[in-house]
Formats: sequence, structure tokens, C-alpha cells
Amino acid sequence: MGNQMPRTVYFFATCLVDMFYPNAGLAGMALIKREGLKVIYPRNQTCCGQPAYNAGYRDEARKVAAAQLDLFPGEHPIVVPSGSCAGMMKHHYPDLFFDKPEHTKAVDVADRVWELTGFLTDVLNIKLKDLGEPLQVALHTSCSTRREMGMAHAGESLLAQLDAVEVVEQAHKAECCGFGGSFAVKQPEISNAMVRDKTEALRATEAALVVSQDSGCLMNIGGAIEHQGEGPKTQHIAEFLWERTRER
Amino acid sequence: MNESRRQILDRLRAVSREEGGVLQRRVDRRVWNQDEKVQRFAECMSAVRAEVYRTSEVSWVNDLQRILKSKGAGNLLYAPAKAHGKLLREDLSSSGIELVPYDLEVERWKRRLFEQMDASITGCRGAIAETGSLILWPDEDEPRLLSLIPPIHCVLLRAEQIYSTFSEAIDIQGWADGMPTNALLISGPSKSADIAQVLAYGVHGPKSLVILIIP
Amino acid sequence: MSGEFHDGVVKALGDDALRQHLRRAMDSLIAKRLAVFPDQDALQELRRYGMAIRGNALSKLPQLLERFEARCEENGIHVHWAETTDEANKTVFEILQSHDVKRLVKGKSMVSEEMGLNHFLEAKGIECLESDLGEFIIQLAGETPSHIVMPALHKSKQEIAELFHEKFPDIPYSDDVDELTAVARGILREKFMQADAGISGVNFLIAETGTLCLVENEGNGRMSTTVPPLHIAVTGIEKVVEELADVPPLLSLLTRSATGQPITTYFNMIKGPRQPGEKDGPQEVHLVLLDNGRSRIFADEELQATLRCIRCGACINHCPIYTRLGGHAYGTVYPGPIGSILEPQKEGLERLGELAEASTLCGACGEVCPVRIPIPKLLNRLRWEGVRRDGTGETSGQGRRRKHSESLAWKAWSSLASRPALYRIAVKSACRFRRMLPQQLGPWTHVRKAPEIAEKPLRELVEVQGLTDE
Repeated sequence: MGNQMPRTVYFFATCLVDMFYPNAGLAGMALIKREGLKVIYPRNQTCCGQPAYNAGYRDEARKVAAAQLDLFPGEHPIVVPSGSCAGMMKHHYPDLFFDKPEHTKAVDVADRVWELTGFLTDVLNIKLKDLGEPLQVALHTSCSTRREMGMAHAGESLLAQLDAVEVVEQAHKAECCGFGGSFAVKQPEISNAMVRDKTEALRATEAALVVSQDSGCLMNIGGAIEHQGEGPKTQHIAEFLWERTRER
Repeated sequence: MNESRRQILDRLRAVSREEGGVLQRRVDRRVWNQDEKVQRFAECMSAVRAEVYRTSEVSWVNDLQRILKSKGAGNLLYAPAKAHGKLLREDLSSSGIELVPYDLEVERWKRRLFEQMDASITGCRGAIAETGSLILWPDEDEPRLLSLIPPIHCVLLRAEQIYSTFSEAIDIQGWADGMPTNALLISGPSKSADIAQVLAYGVHGPKSLVILIIP
Repeated sequence: MSGEFHDGVVKALGDDALRQHLRRAMDSLIAKRLAVFPDQDALQELRRYGMAIRGNALSKLPQLLERFEARCEENGIHVHWAETTDEANKTVFEILQSHDVKRLVKGKSMVSEEMGLNHFLEAKGIECLESDLGEFIIQLAGETPSHIVMPALHKSKQEIAELFHEKFPDIPYSDDVDELTAVARGILREKFMQADAGISGVNFLIAETGTLCLVENEGNGRMSTTVPPLHIAVTGIEKVVEELADVPPLLSLLTRSATGQPITTYFNMIKGPRQPGEKDGPQEVHLVLLDNGRSRIFADEELQATLRCIRCGACINHCPIYTRLGGHAYGTVYPGPIGSILEPQKEGLERLGELAEASTLCGACGEVCPVRIPIPKLLNRLRWEGVRRDGTGETSGQGRRRKHSESLAWKAWSSLASRPALYRIAVKSACRFRRMLPQQLGPWTHVRKAPEIAEKPLRELVEVQGLTDE
């Protein structure tokens, strides 16, 4: 991809954004469009295949992943508003299709995948102008964005560009929230203990809002805060960035 | 037994692997001059509560005597056949500190060694600046337990024998060509954090490590 | 296992004091490690080097073991091979028996824990005393290590003080760490003097020189391997490295990753028994090389990375699951992430496959591993091994975690998600009828509100906005 500025990108929204956080998807696309790029939402996209892959059901994961491989002809980057789905496509597709006929295609797709915030900072070098009211915000960088994608700096630097936003840091900020997909279902007690600690740490910052790059984390953290009653709101970082910077 | 050996090795050999690339080994060297090495060594040692004294060829016995007295040591276990052992016999005998030679097999005086020795002194084969480590190669004349049993262990170190790193010491001293029955790196007094992660010193080995650096 | 692990989890999570204690301990270990790796680039380079060194050793494992054995024999160390822990125990016992050993002292050894050696020997009437302070404490308490580097990590100072008071009523009660340490020192000094044999583990075996390397802080390892007339070391076959030059970088990675120490107090390199003229050291040195499933792990190209492990415990210290549970909940010898890849392979997926599922795959373990074992990737691989049915590969218990209902659900999901037209209808219907979907989702909703399905899915909204590719 190099340093050349792409003119068009594909947007792979992910199954969770599609069904639960569509505004985050729209916002992500709007942020890219505002930079003068053309955004294509491949109509036939479904899911990256990660849920089955992480459950050990590789044949089933491969079947779903294979259905995505033809959605991205050409050389345009593929932008994904989720660290874990981006991680699945970038780091696990090549393994999943190892010695399968689709391998070359899978590697080609993998090479073009970007997590959204990383794409905004590292490729677009986006400059944001904050139009919002003063606000305290905590960022939960998802583990996949932080480690698998190596993009922890992206969310931090994007929020730092918002003049009226004060980023407050929660204790143990690099620690997992306890979602882990099927983990939350298979090991509910441990997952519950983890999300309880995570929400406690977030609440202690007195932030009004928690943003994250991953729908899974949001569902986990947001769901727990709502269940507990009072506490910060949760929002996908793309939606937050768009709301703060959009000219009305 | 031989059957198990054969079975295990057969299973391992049955796995055919592509030859990996040749491992590119490297000696980790630092561009530290003599002073920097001494400085770094002393800092690392002090950080783990070892005591470092810069002394000299002529005054080390006096310094040692003063240190031992301040610690209340009444005797000193030493290696009589070593050069520093001879010096000690000449210069320390009138100090009131009893010199005890380690010249018997351990079985013949284990209880006395374990229960009555206050301090010991050894030489060393050099040291490592990076980590603050002494290199000891115990031998017939200077047995292994000299550096382990008495609560105070004193070491004579020549400043020119401080290497920047462990790998440099191995390389320059040619360890691969022959090592003693037991070689040691000692990097401070014995310690443990096994109780509630609180550091305690002198768990099984010496509680005090005293290093006398001779330029 | 399932019930066992679940019981352990529930018990551990119910213990608030333990959780707070673990959190503090882990925070401190994490901070210490960070402080000794100030330069990120240097750390990453050293990790790559560490991985290459261990990878190189494994790529030549059978040759290196033979070379190592030959050097040992030259140096006077007797080498024994054991396929199973049972065989290893019997080997150790036979050596002890031939020397009429009644009492022995032990240095810390996870392989001896793997063997259940103390239990085995005590049943034969041999007194085995753990001499590492942490091991000594848990032996007194009748427990097992909860951490591979700090075995008594789960115990507070007060608990240890009470334990000492109960076991040594003649000694006045104290919860002063120095005093407790002095008590242990006093007791163990006597035992070191009396012991007929010493048993230790090994951190590295050097093929080039036939050397056993031991890493420790207390000096009990040196005591156990120097004072008694007989020394028996037990270790796994994977511990060998090719050359002496491979040791410094691994040692540096090990101590810094484990406890944040630039180096431990003692690095003990043993070449052989006491030589003529020498005044101390054991008269005989034996080494027992244990396989116990390692050669099977070796056979799988990907899973072989498990054997690169140098047992620093950094993955454990950084694991959010371990931090919640402690080591005992796992019910295995090796807890935490390394245990969750090693134990299911060693003991079989049917028994311990669940451990591979007890991870969020957050990647904290893989990020800190000094020899870059891709632990999350291997956990994922073992999940696959647990449910795959093609009968290829070496992993014991393959396919035994497959449940019919679960596999049907994934099949149905994959049929749907691989057919875009059908999927579109399903998503749109889910949104339309979202109010009719259940709001109670099992344990998920015990502590969380159920996620809210959007009124309209993104795929519908983008069509309106003209963003699709058609």
C-alpha cells in the first residue's frame, strides 16, 4: 500500500455493526468520505467468519470467509470498523486458507485490510476539528486493535485531536474487558468478573462516555454498565468522532 | 531404560523438518571503558544490597579486616593455597579474626562449616558489568561451598577483569573450551520474595556479599 | 475436567481477598518487568533472538540430545531417559535406593511437580523436603504450587505466619518476613547437612559442553546440588540448547521476563560430580530426561512452538484470567496461558481441552512471551483440535470436545452467513421483529443488559445512501 493515498476504499462493516451499531458503520464511512475518498460498501458482505474460527469450527469459518473473498476486486484498501474482525481477516485468513485454492485471494485480501482508526491516522493522516462541548471520555482500546493490529496509538491520537475532549485514563487500561466472543458464553463467571472490574475502573474515571473500536467490547461493557444502572454511556469511536466533527 | 531412550529418540527423529536457517549468533558487547564498567558493576551490585568497596593492592587486607570487624565476624574461612590466602596468613593473623582454611573434604567438618563460620573470602574469575555479576570457578583449592555457607561472603575482584556482558566474558575467556565442574555467576546476596513478594536476604546463602575491587 | 475446572473457577472467584492479593502481585510483577526492558526495540530484537535460539535447538532436538548425552557421559553425569512420569519416578527411586537414601532435599523443579515425585517417594518411605522458600511453605500447607516461578504467590504474609506458628509451635509467632525467613533458614540448614541426596530441576541443558544450568535467588538450588553426596536432576527433553553462547540471551530473557531482575542471584552451571582433589560437590550426578508427551507435541509443526517455553511465567503474570483465578483453579501442574496450551496436549483434550477455551484470546500472553510463542494462536488451534473430525495430526483427544448441538448450530450459521441473499433477509427480519426476540440470554444477561438490535441494519441504510457497490 505504501504511502500512496488511496482514492477508493471498501468498507467491511462486520456483522455486529450491521445489526447492532449501524450508526457506527455510517459514521466510519462518512469520516472516510469527508477526506475525499470514495467508499464502497460491498452489498454481499456478511461476516468475517471469526465467531466460528475462535470456537474451533474452522470448516464453517472458512465457508463464511470464502464468501467474502470476492467482494473486494482491485487494489483498494479494505477498512473494517473493528480490531478483531480486521485481525481475523489480516492475520488468520492466510492460515485458514493455507493449501486451499483460495489462498492467493485470501492473502491478497489480508494485505489490504485496515482497522478503521489505524486507517484514519496512518493512511489518511486525518485532521479533526472538534465542534463539540467539553467532555470527559475514556477509551477502551480493544485487545485486537491494540495487540493483533498494533494500532493502540490510533484511537489515542484521534481523541487527542479533539480540543474540547479530555481523555481520562482508566486503571489497567490495556487489560481485556472479558468479552472474547464464545468465551463470554463458555466461561460466563470469569467473563462477568472481568467486565465488572473493567466497568468499575471506567466508572472511577468519572468519564461521561466510553468509546471503543470494537462492537464486542461495547456490547460487553455497555451492557454491563446499563445493567448496573448509572454510569458512562458507551459508543463506537467512529460514531463519536463523526458526531464531534461534523458540520451541521 | 535404553528402550525408552530409543523410543523417544525414534519419535523425535521421525519428524522430518525443513532445515531452518543457520542461527546467527552474536556476542553482545558494549563500548564501555574501564571506569564505566566498574561504575556499572558497582551500581548493579549496590542495587541488590551487595557492598562494594574500592580498595588497592596494598590496603585490601586492612579494609577487609575493618569490614569484618564492623560486621562482628570472629573468623574467616579462606583458601590457603591461593595467592590471596598466603597474603591473609601473613597480614591478618594478628587481627583477632581467626583464619580458618578450607582444606578438608566437606564430609569431615560439615557441622563446623555450617554452624561456626562467620565469613568467607574468595577470589573470582572476573565480573560482568551489565548485570553486576561475579564469575566464580571453584576448584580444588577454593571449593564451592566457600561462597555459599558462611553468612558473609567477601570477594576480591580485579577491575581489569570486569567484562561488559556475560556473552563477552564467555567469548574472551574461552569458556566453551573447558569449564570447571561447577561455574557460578553470583549477583548479590542470597534473597527471596516468596513471602508476599517482600524481599528477604540471606535465605540459604550469604546474607552479605562484600566485594573488594582492586584497580 | 469440566466440572472440576468450573468448581475451581467458582471457588476462586468467590475469594475476594485472593483476588485482591493476586491483582497486587501481578501489577507489581508487570511493573518490574516493564522497568527492566526500557528499550522496546532492544526487547523485540532480543525476543526474536530468543525465539531463534530455541527454534534452532528444537530443529535439531534428537541430535542435540545425543550430543548432550555424550558430553555428560564424558563429564561423569549419568543420563537416564523416561517416557512417562511413572518411569521417571521409578528411575529416581532406583538411584536413591541403590544409595540407601532416607532423606533428601529438593530444589525447585516444576518437572518434579509434573512427576508427582514427592508423593511417589514419600509413599516409599523417603523424606523429601522442599528447600525453595515458596515450595517449603506450600509443602508445609499440603498444597501445590499456584505459580511456576513463585509457588506460594497465592499466600499472604499473615497466612504464612499462621502456618509457621501451627507447624512450629515452639517458635514464637511472627509475621515479620525476615523472621519467617530466618526460621526457614534454620530448619533447612540442618536438613541440607543431613540429606543423603539432593534433587533439582534444570533451566537449560547445553549440548556443546554437557552442562546443567540452574537459575535461582535463594541458594537452595546450590545447596541441593552441592552439599549432599548424590545429586539427581530431573528435566524435560526440550530444555536443551545447542551452544554455551545461546545461554546469555536466554538467561537475560528469563530473569527479566519472570521477576524483572536483570539477573538472578545465582546462575549455577554444573558439569559433573566432584573430581579427585576437590573438597565438595556430589560424588555422583544423575540426570533424568522426561518425555511425558513432549515428543508428541514435537511432531506437530505448529504446536511444537509450545516446547520453546523457558518457564519464565510472564504469560501467567500478564493473564487477566490468571489474575482473577490464581493457579489452583486450573487444576493442573502448569497454570495460566502456558498451562492452557501445554496441559491439554500433555494430558489429552478430552480431559483438559476446556482450558484452551478459558481465554479471551486477548493476546497479552503472546505479547510478552520472551521466545515469542504465539500462545493465542495455539489456543485457537487446540480449540480446532478439540472439535475436528478428520483424524489427522498427533494431538491426543482430537475431536473429543465436539458437541452435536454446537456443531449443528455452527453449520446452520455458516450456511446462512455464506449465502448473502438469505443472510440479508435474516438480518432484516431480525431487525424488524427485534422486539419479539428474547431479552434474557443466559449468563450473558446475569450482569449485562441484552444487546439491542438496530431498527434498521446498516445494509439497509447504506442502500438508501447509495454507498453500495451496485
